[in-house]
This record gives sequence, structure tokens and C-alpha cells, in this order.
Amino acid sequence: MLSVDLAARKLGLRPGTPVAKAQALYPDLVLMDADPEGDRLGLEKLALWFQHRIAPIVAVDAPDGLVLDTTGADHLHGGELPMLKDMVHRMAGAGFRAKAVVAETWGAAHAIARYGRAPIAVVQAGDASKALADLPLEALRLPPTIIEGLATLGVSRIGPLAAMPRAPLALRFGPDIARRLDQAFGRIGEAILPVRPVDPVEVSRNFAEPIGAAETIARYIGKLVPLLCQGLDERGQGVRRLDLLLHRVDSRTEAIRVATAMPVRDVKRLTRLLCEKIETINPGFGIERMVLIASQAEPMDRRQTVSSLIAEEETDVSDLVDTLANRVGMQALYRFAPVESDLPERSFCRVPALAPEETKDWPDHWPRPTRLLARPEPVQAMAELPDQPPLFFIWRGVRRKVKCADGPERVFGEWWKNDAELTIARDYFRVEDTSGERFWLYRAGDGEHGETGSQGWFLHGIFG
Amino acid sequence: MTAETHKKPGLETLRAAISRLEGHSDRRRKMLPFGVREIDGRLPGGGLALGALHEVAGGGNDALHSAAAGQFCAGIAARTRGKVLWIVTRQDVFAPSLKQVGLSARRTIFVEASSDVDVLACFEEGLRHGGLGAVVAEVARLSMTASRRLQLAAETSGSLGIAIRRWRRQTDAADFGQPTASVTRWRVSVLPSAPLPVPGVGRPRWLLELIRARAGECADFEVEACDGKGRLSLPAALADGSDQEAAGQRRARA
Repeated sequence: MLSVDLAARKLGLRPGTPVAKAQALYPDLVLMDADPEGDRLGLEKLALWFQHRIAPIVAVDAPDGLVLDTTGADHLHGGELPMLKDMVHRMAGAGFRAKAVVAETWGAAHAIARYGRAPIAVVQAGDASKALADLPLEALRLPPTIIEGLATLGVSRIGPLAAMPRAPLALRFGPDIARRLDQAFGRIGEAILPVRPVDPVEVSRNFAEPIGAAETIARYIGKLVPLLCQGLDERGQGVRRLDLLLHRVDSRTEAIRVATAMPVRDVKRLTRLLCEKIETINPGFGIERMVLIASQAEPMDRRQTVSSLIAEEETDVSDLVDTLANRVGMQALYRFAPVESDLPERSFCRVPALAPEETKDWPDHWPRPTRLLARPEPVQAMAELPDQPPLFFIWRGVRRKVKCADGPERVFGEWWKNDAELTIARDYFRVEDTSGERFWLYRAGDGEHGETGSQGWFLHGIFG
Repeated sequence: MTAETHKKPGLETLRAAISRLEGHSDRRRKMLPFGVREIDGRLPGGGLALGALHEVAGGGNDALHSAAAGQFCAGIAARTRGKVLWIVTRQDVFAPSLKQVGLSARRTIFVEASSDVDVLACFEEGLRHGGLGAVVAEVARLSMTASRRLQLAAETSGSLGIAIRRWRRQTDAADFGQPTASVTRWRVSVLPSAPLPVPGVGRPRWLLELIRARAGECADFEVEACDGKGRLSLPAALADGSDQEAAGQRRARA
């Protein structure tokens, strides 16, 4: 058997068990023929999907993995850890149990993802050797004969193997061990040959002499982008994601990825977005080939601009949004949109900056504070029951006497979302203290019934 | 030319020479008036200069929360045209409140930057773009060099830039005394609201201090907070008498 599912694993079956034995143990076992070719195709499709979503350099790590070079792409997903969580979460959504690891080298990531404990891990630069030391030799991508041979020598972990003298090992087992160890520890490089999306618009340029200066790179970006835009124009497409791959003389590949909120075919804009990222490139000993790929392109129609007598055309800010998004990340750029909820912290959501405009708006019955605290802060307060505003309250160690107040504005829990909220109520008051500062306080509960809340007071917002 | 400038030809040429030195002689500066005569009268040009950087900070405890300062800026941004970019490091703006001073959530794009350096970079990028109605950024430290860059970016594109100075600690608020290249500098402090004949909180009032204005003088105003369209107003007792008085005068003339 090549692979077993979770239920079978619980019964004690393992990959490698002979089929006849398994069937003897469990006669109603469901068996399916292995389809290595189908698996490989599926993995390749998945690789293309990852290339769309995560990073430009993705390769199949047969038979059961993918390897991604996420350098320079993680910030678009909010950092390395959120990126891994997102990946694993998405795989789980599609019905796969996946493990994801970020490490310095392909070898280390391969080993820790397959033989490490945590399903998600970020191994910092320099920690790889410590993380690898305890893992079994299978993690090193060595042929089984070598692993067996080492087992007879009594070596089963990477740490002791790395500490052994190289020469006798090489004499007995060939150069593979030293190569795999060096690849895992980052002493020699390992190129990732990325999968290619189907028929993208792509332009490239080879250099007779390797280039390295930022100005030179910028100049050639300036030459490649118009060619790409010409190609896009012929197809009537605009680019949503653009990858610039820079092949270095030492056979490593540096990549720049820029994303746009709307399809773009503007030479100046694309050049500018790419040139802003030049400082993230490490040219090493020089770059001998530059490839510019429109890895995600969408149809782009010519748009009619406003020419009526009165309506003034609103300036297009999508170029600014792209520039900022490539600097701070797509998630950090948003608008607020109304959500139908009476609870203040649930009454808004974040939508992409260029999302279509919603028609709803917040109700205007009561004044709302300019600043809403992320978490309501408990305050000590004294108030007459059941529904009088507090006479005074103590917030952050300062006692404030309430001069006048508006309220209560009663808000009920959303019982249709959560059973626990069935009885919950809050009474909001807008209060002004003697110095003129205005606050938004609420009491958890209606002041009469214990089941509506703790009856404690909280400060939720500050008015201007 | 009016009769007055005929009398003082030297003054007019001197003004032209100064504005040439300041580098924007070719283009008339556009203004965004507050619509309150007392405030606009004190500002050179009769309003808040567009294509310039302005600084706003809260007074007292508001230096930390910037609730009043934020609302004041939202009111200004609401009266401009086009999208508004609002750059923060920690997000605590309550969007429904912006709508209540006339700044629609559809117009406001928020940028959440991780550091002050990123805030300033995004601020400058936004000002340089030129297609935005206003760019508002919440920053703690604003050096002379940084503010000069922002001011130049605003000048070249004609965008309105507002830096809300907001500090984490009360002691840091002394930083507001340091010189910057901004054109005006405001401090907004909360005052007790307008008294009502019934229990309740009246219309909020602010003490608006114009601490610095290039080519202008400092001034203090006691104003009523922004209304639904982002406009300030003077409390009735300070404006041209009460409304009834004016109505009486109109009736007497008729």
C-alpha cells in the first residue's frame, strides 16, 4: 500500500503494509489503484494555483509536496506566518491536510515540513541546523540504499551524520550525502525550476555581460515593459499580477512580484511599480537574463470617460492604490463598509479600497464617537438603577464627574448568530464630564435583570 | 486695481516679489474657506490653503486620543472633492462618526502602515498623486526635513495635506513645539457643550487655537463642532448677535 487515510491509520495500517495482509485483517477495506501520473498532474495544477495566489517561483517537489520561493512575496499576505496559515487553511478547505514550513533552504523546509512536529512553522535564518539535528535521515532526500547503509552504521539522525567526517562517507556512499547535507544547511545553492502558467504574455532579454547596477536594471525594465504591454494590447488584456524573474550568473533566480487592484496596461505605471522594488533584488555576481511575465492577466476593455456638461470626472486613484498596496500590502489598504448590526464593533467591515461602492449607510439617529476602542475598557462607575446615566466614573485612574448625559440607547445581543447572546443587552450613554470631555459608556446589562449581563460599566469610545 | 493699491504701489510689488521668492507666483493659491468669517479673516488668503501641509493636534487628553482633532480634520476633508486618504498606524477611527460630519465611507480609503516611516512615505505618495481631495495622516514625530518634503509634495500637486499629531504618551506632546514646514498649525481642545434647557448633551464645542500660520497671526476661536456637512460655526452668543435680533432689524427695515 502506498498511502492510507486517517481512518485506516487509526486501525493500524501504514504505508508499506502488503495489500494481502491488510485485506486479511480487514476484509471490507476499500482499495484504490495508485495513479502516480494523475497525482503528478494534480500536483502541477496545485502548483499553478499557488503561483497565482502566493509567489512567482513554485515547483513540484514530487511525490507529495510543493516548494515555493516566497522571498519578497510574503508581505503581500501579511507576513510569513499569516501566509502559511492561509495556505494550510485553504488546503483544508479543499479537503487536504497540509503542512507548511518556511526555512532558509529547500532542503531544510522539505525536511521540517515532512518530519517536524508542528503543521505550521517559520524557521528563522540560522536556526535551521538546530531544527534539523533531531530529524530522521529520510528527511534528507537520500536514496533508500544509503539510508539503510547508514542505519547499519548506527546513524539514524541528521545531527550525528552532519558531525561525522565527510571523506570516509563519500568513499563508501558516494557524494550524495555531502550534497544533500550542504543543500539543507544552505552551504550550496539549489535552483528551483518554476512551473509555468499556461501561455502567459512573456518577454525576456539576455545580456552578453551580466548586469548588476540598479540603474541598469531600471533601464532594462523600461525596455521590457513596453514590449509586454504591446503583447497585452494585442490580446486586449491588462495585467493583475506581474513577475520579473532575474536569472543570476550563479544560477539562482531573484524575483519581483507586483500586483494591481485593476487590470493595467499602462507602461509608465507598470515600470514605476517594478522600479520601486529594485532595492529588494540581490544581484550577486550579476544578472544574465531578465524575464517579465504577466502571470495573471484579465480582459481589459477600453472605458469611456465622462464628457457630460455638469458631472466632473472623478480622478482615478487606482494607480495610487497599487503603489501603496505594493508598499504596505493589500490588506493594509481598505475602506469601511456598513454591516447591519446594532453592536458598534460589528457595525462595519473592511472592504478592498477599490471595491464597488455600497448603497447602504449607517443610520443617523445617534451621535457616534470619533474613536472606538478596540476592546471596551472596564470602568468603575456609580449610577442609579435601572436606567440613569452614571454620576461619576473612574477610567485609567482618573475620576470624572458626569455633568450631563444622553441615553440610554439599548442594544440587544444577536441571538440569531449565537445562542449565548439571547439575553444579552447593553445600555449606551453619551456622557460629558465637568472638563467637557465626552465619552461613550455602556453598562453590560439592562440594570434590572441579572441574565442580561454583568451590570459592569465599560468605556467604548471617545467623542470629539 | 482698487484705489487703495494705487495709494501704495510699493506694497503690491513687494507682495509679488515675496510670492515669487516663495516659488508659487505662477499659480494662484486655492483656498478652502471654513465659511466662518472670523476664522477665514484671520487666515492669509481667506481660508485653509490647498496645496499645503497643515498640522492639527488635540489639546489636553485629546493629544492621545485625537478624537476632537480627528473630527475637525474629517470635517475639513468632507468639504473637499474627490477621495480622501487616511493613513494610520493603529486603527481606531469609528467609520459611522466620519459619516456624521459628512465624510462618506465610500470616499475614505484607509492605509494602515506599520511604522511612522511608512506613514510618512505613504503620506508623501498620496500628496504627490494630486488626484485626492485630502490626505490625512496620524503621525507622532514630524521632523523639519520630513515636513518640508511633504510640503513640497503638496505644493507641486495642489493636494491638501493634514497631519494629525498624535502621541502615545502625554509627555511626548511637547514635541508639538518643534518647528516644522507646515503652513498652519492648529490645536483643538474640547470645551463643555452648549447648555441645553433639558437634560442631555448639547452641541459639542471646541477651543480652536491657530498656533501658527505662515504670513498670518495666531488666534483663538471658540467654535461649535462640525455639523453634518463638516462645517464649523460660532456659538450664537459670539456671532452677530442672536438670530432674533437680526430678524427684528430686518423687520424694522421693511
